[in-house]
Amino acid sequence: MSDKVIKNVVITSMVKVTDGIYSMWIKDKDLACNAKPGQFVSLYCKEGSQLLPRPISICEIDRENETLRLVYRVVGKGTKEFSKMNAGDTIRVMGPLGNGFTLEGKKAILIGGGIGIPPMLELAKSLDCEVQVVLGYRNNDLFLKDEFTPYGKVIVSTEDGSVGTKGNVIDAIREKDVQGDIIFACGPTPMLRGVKAYAQEKGLKAQLSLEEKMACGIGACLACVCQSKEVDSHTHVKNKRICKDGPVFYAEEVEL
Amino acid sequence: MSVNMKVNIAGVEWNNPVTVASGTFGSGAEYSDFVDLNQLGAVTTKGVANVPWQGNPTPRIAETYGGMINAIGLQNPGIDVFAKRDIPYLKQFPDTRIIVNVCGRSIEDYCEVVERLADEPVDMLEINISCPNVKEGGIAFGQDPKAVEAITKEMKQRAKQPVIMKLSPNVTDITEMAKAAEAGGADALSLINTLTGMKIDVNRKTFALANKTGGLSGPAIKPVAVRMVYQVAQAVQIPIIGMGGIMCAEDALEFIMAGASAVSIGTANFHNPNVTLEVIDGMKQFCEKNGVKDINDLVGCVK
Repeated sequence: MSDKVIKNVVITSMVKVTDGIYSMWIKDKDLACNAKPGQFVSLYCKEGSQLLPRPISICEIDRENETLRLVYRVVGKGTKEFSKMNAGDTIRVMGPLGNGFTLEGKKAILIGGGIGIPPMLELAKSLDCEVQVVLGYRNNDLFLKDEFTPYGKVIVSTEDGSVGTKGNVIDAIREKDVQGDIIFACGPTPMLRGVKAYAQEKGLKAQLSLEEKMACGIGACLACVCQSKEVDSHTHVKNKRICKDGPVFYAEEVEL
Repeated sequence: MSVNMKVNIAGVEWNNPVTVASGTFGSGAEYSDFVDLNQLGAVTTKGVANVPWQGNPTPRIAETYGGMINAIGLQNPGIDVFAKRDIPYLKQFPDTRIIVNVCGRSIEDYCEVVERLADEPVDMLEINISCPNVKEGGIAFGQDPKAVEAITKEMKQRAKQPVIMKLSPNVTDITEMAKAAEAGGADALSLINTLTGMKIDVNRKTFALANKTGGLSGPAIKPVAVRMVYQVAQAVQIPIIGMGGIMCAEDALEFIMAGASAVSIGTANFHNPNVTLEVIDGMKQFCEKNGVKDINDLVGCVK
């Protein structure tokens, strides 16, 4: 039996982190107990014209207080609806979903780009090894950056060069000569492509967290597939389901 | 008051008139965390072809107002894996009928799958001649009455199970297709499949789906579907499985009253994985409240 649940849960806090990015804590014992870093939840809208659940990565897990933190960007009507909710409101949620990261390595390089940064926070907390965090931003709006400092060295790249290395996360890794034995990454597909190439070049293991438009979130509808090197367990055609077989894959497993 | 919820579709008895729309529910395994599959009237599987199909590039889905468009492209493992894995899985739920949705790129493809299923323990076949998302096959067979009749005959010659033809709404007059299927010997009809649609991402100046077009489903299409079920019910004698945007028991009852003997729930599963059981329960409650002893008494009651 799966440990997935679907239920209405209470929002214990809703805070605007920066322009267009919000942080929500939700309270539920089952979710908090079962969730692992790198998994996600599906949030359902109250507005009936928005039928599909929104997949949101898990940013932090607080088992003691039985809460989960979700940090998300407002990109459409659904996430806009969530951003207008307040502490005390209830929200329908299904989760935890997906496989999550495999905790491994002795010296890890965690790479987050944009809204791929939040899931790296719980991972940084969970890893039992030396952690280095490389965060890619557009500009000097460095959301969540300071929250990583207790867990390891933090390196920043910005597209406009306002803070840290000008360029992308790989530019920063090269400039600062960041060394490690494993990479964990979440971010836009072009970034993941760059991370995969870098990992191959350096002979490093890399776990990548992918994103795609989803409908069911549980592996039934086959909307969110990615091309895989090996045949998938469902269709046997090299199309792995990001929601169920992923969202985390080893770099060599997937074609980006 | 006890209400009879059993229905008989082309000689196959279902415990209640609710199944799932092909493609929204896999073969049920993924939903079994939320739904006791034994409680469903039937499980209608994702379309299965003679060989594995890769499906379309992503993005394959996009939400639209009150609905969604999809262009999955009938990704499926082919009949060999399906027969070995999915049929035994579904046989674990003896109270639920098994309807296998069949797809193909050519008449020969469809025939091969139907022949392979002849000796499998499945209850009914649903022939998908209406998928708008594959270039060859699918809808090509569903938009011309002569082709509908011809493929129906081919299926009937080979099938050992009752044959349900699934019709496309993307036609000028759906009753022509329904009559052609009936003339070809169809035992039942499923309608409607999705309506061909398009969404444009204005910020990226591109199509929301890699396939450009996709099939529109969800409550946005329900009035069209109810109208078509009503029209087809007036035009043919064979039973109809009605579908298109059912979100709740009241929606399902609309289809029943328009002339459907059973209903399929599709997109709503994505919104609420438990919706099928809620619809069954809600229909039963409606009957109890309104003194209806048999759900079949409501079929086509609105003329």
